[in-house]
Amino acid sequence: MEKNFWITDQPLDIETVIAKVIRPEAGAVNLFTGTVREFTKGKRTLFLEYQAYKPMAEKKLAEIGREIEAKWGNAKTAIAHRIGRLDISELAVVIAVSTPHRKDAFAASRYAIDRIKEIVPIWKKEHWEDGSQWIGDQKERVSYEERIPTPQEIRGIKR
Amino acid sequence: MVDVLLFAELQEATGKDKIAVEAAGMTVAELKKNFVAQYHMENMSNVMVAVNEEYARDDAVINEGDVVAFIPPVSGG
Repeated sequence: MEKNFWITDQPLDIETVIAKVIRPEAGAVNLFTGTVREFTKGKRTLFLEYQAYKPMAEKKLAEIGREIEAKWGNAKTAIAHRIGRLDISELAVVIAVSTPHRKDAFAASRYAIDRIKEIVPIWKKEHWEDGSQWIGDQKERVSYEERIPTPQEIRGIKR
Repeated sequence: MVDVLLFAELQEATGKDKIAVEAAGMTVAELKKNFVAQYHMENMSNVMVAVNEEYARDDAVINEGDVVAFIPPVSGG
């Protein structure tokens, strides 16, 4: 697979993501993984179900990669996100960023996961013993009206 | 016709992952308003809209053949 940003219904492989960003100029590769958590605020999750608007989600992941390049210069990013049913402790997302020095790699990978939670059309549904619910992180906390448009989004916005 | 893609809770609320509507010439805000009325949605104020895979503003005009998607609050990662 040639692309550095992808959505898949197959289990994620960390080595595959890291291999996308390894290069001679890099002295640091920072890896972030998001895994399925069993307990959220005391409530037990049995499994998660992720859904994505796949073509747009892959575009937005690539856009995050470009934002990172613009902010940190010499930085290479790869991101894979899984969809479908995921059991406890399985990998939901793997992010790798390589930079010449470690400080930028740490900062950029943190930026990547924060941006995923803002602009990438992926949703998770928590399944519990007594029910299930689609989760919206921004729901009831941040109104989208107040948030749109971010400077990054404005370039792609349809007038 | 314009295809409107539905995801997550909107998909479950309507029982559909896609609807086709006569929306050419409408703004994003008008399309949302019609959808709320037709499907008796409570609140769509936190739902973003994408046109042809890019986030669109409320005043963007929809053209024939566009692919629209309603994007409820995302929760990836």
